[in-house]
Amino acid sequence: MKNWLKIAVIAILFVSCDDVGIEGYTPYSPTLQPLNIPQIFVANILPPVIPINNPQTVEGVSLGRKLFYDTILSGDNTQSCAACHSPENAFTDSDRFSVGIDGLLGNRNSMPLFNLAWNYNEKFFWDGRSFAIEGQALEPVKNPIEMHNTWNNAVISLQNHNEYPDLFFEAFGTRTIDSTLVTKAIAQFERTLISANSRFDKHLLGQITLTASELNGFNVFMDESKGDCFHCHGNANNPLWTDNDFHNNGLDATFLDIGLGQFTGNPADNGKFKSPSLRNLEFTAPYMHDGRFTTIDDVINHYSEGLVNSPTIDPLMKSVNSGGVQLSDSDKADLKAFLLSLSDSEFITNPDFQNPN
Amino acid sequence: MLVLIISLLGCDDKDSETITFGDAITINFNHYWDGEKVSSADFNVETYTNANNDILTISKLRYLVSNITLHKSDGSSTKLIDYYLVDLSTLGNTSFSISDIIDADSYSSISFTFGFNEADNIDGNYLDLNSASWNWPAMLGGGYHFMQFEGKYGATGTENPFAYHNGTARVSTGVFEQNFFDVSLGGFSTTENTTVEIKMNVDQWFENPYTWDLDTYNTTLMPNYDAQKLMQQNGASVFSLGTIN
Repeated sequence: MKNWLKIAVIAILFVSCDDVGIEGYTPYSPTLQPLNIPQIFVANILPPVIPINNPQTVEGVSLGRKLFYDTILSGDNTQSCAACHSPENAFTDSDRFSVGIDGLLGNRNSMPLFNLAWNYNEKFFWDGRSFAIEGQALEPVKNPIEMHNTWNNAVISLQNHNEYPDLFFEAFGTRTIDSTLVTKAIAQFERTLISANSRFDKHLLGQITLTASELNGFNVFMDESKGDCFHCHGNANNPLWTDNDFHNNGLDATFLDIGLGQFTGNPADNGKFKSPSLRNLEFTAPYMHDGRFTTIDDVINHYSEGLVNSPTIDPLMKSVNSGGVQLSDSDKADLKAFLLSLSDSEFITNPDFQNPN
Repeated sequence: MLVLIISLLGCDDKDSETITFGDAITINFNHYWDGEKVSSADFNVETYTNANNDILTISKLRYLVSNITLHKSDGSSTKLIDYYLVDLSTLGNTSFSISDIIDADSYSSISFTFGFNEADNIDGNYLDLNSASWNWPAMLGGGYHFMQFEGKYGATGTENPFAYHNGTARVSTGVFEQNFFDVSLGGFSTTENTTVEIKMNVDQWFENPYTWDLDTYNTTLMPNYDAQKLMQQNGASVFSLGTIN
């Protein structure tokens, strides 16, 4: 027998031996559940990023959803992921800074969660420090100002739970839980959080007609001599409405929080933070990495008149020396109308995304 | 384990089957300022002086080249790639390799289009370029950017931004003029594995024939017809053939 055949036979025996001989088991047979990719994405942008070692399955997504809403992952069993990533807020926190289990505050606004599988560079957090959704999901559980647990404790809690070991078996073929499988399940659920059903999406699909104000607002957005928003925030052919890249957008002359620079160690990256998607802005206040702006008007006014210079400011903040792009009141109103056309209310009420527990 | 098995399967029988990959060619885009190499490590740090004596730093340089084609003296040609987005800030996005479409031979020239020609510059047509937010606004003729070259100029502490963005030129509302240009560089011979260096001499964007004055043209250049056409003119001397290995 050729060597490869021997190994294959051994491997097959090894695989098929798993859990054989234990009665009462349902065989491990997860059902693949590919992402339901919206037409507007299929037609315009590259396919989503799905790790080859974490395919989407019915059981994995279901488990991830249960975990996302379960306080069991926190140190004192009081907080779930959803505590700071609430569906009615497009999975962010309406508070400027989220409160951890010990009552401590962070210094950044929670990020909204949708269309994460289309973050092609897979850099997550405002400063891009985590790679892949699975990597991001490791962090809050052990962060002392957030869920303040240890993964060891979290895994013990799950392992001793009366349902989770079976659910992990159904999803991953093992009852031995670890942080890798927990984050894989959560990531599978998070990848299903797809938002692509806003008025503007329907307009692009030819299903509705936007108002004159919304259309002019889009022109303000796309006009380099007006809003010039599109260089960082997508366009009709990139309906993610973000470049998922990092920029210093002129918030401060000096930085209390250096953002990307802390992760890369490059001073040229100080003060840079990820461009968030403009989708669902209506639900995601407050705005900016530190949640300093409470309204969309505040944000528009920032880019129009409030820019502050600093050594690393992005050249795309071209009007910084005059404070901003100086939009007229009517253009501001229209720009806001356009931004609100990116709201996807079906996303925030989608029953598949709500608390199953 | 599965990976291991697949690997072993893939290796087995290598003696009984010969897989030919053909000859390989790598096109390597390198960037220079007055002969000095420019890379993303120089971004925001290294200062350069242009023909107008403006001192500047670079923070972004990405550009689109299309229809990269090798030509033989008998008139035949082989297209290596439809288009390629060079991005100095993204690892691996300054060169590409192609196997199995050319033979080791003598080529009389290599040509490409800077940006897209009109036939190829179809709005929204390329999913990878859309995903890179490379689009050119419809109000300016649509299609795609040809280049985004950004930085700051002026004395330290009082710098001004520049955003040298190139694409279709807008003559007036609804009237547009193509703005790509074709580049043809000298010939060379290839072997079974050849690397061709194409040099962008970045300083040339600011001179020859037009000595670029950043105080005149710095930002909001996309809707500026004159700036767009000057970019096209200056682009003619930007590329040259480098080393062939």
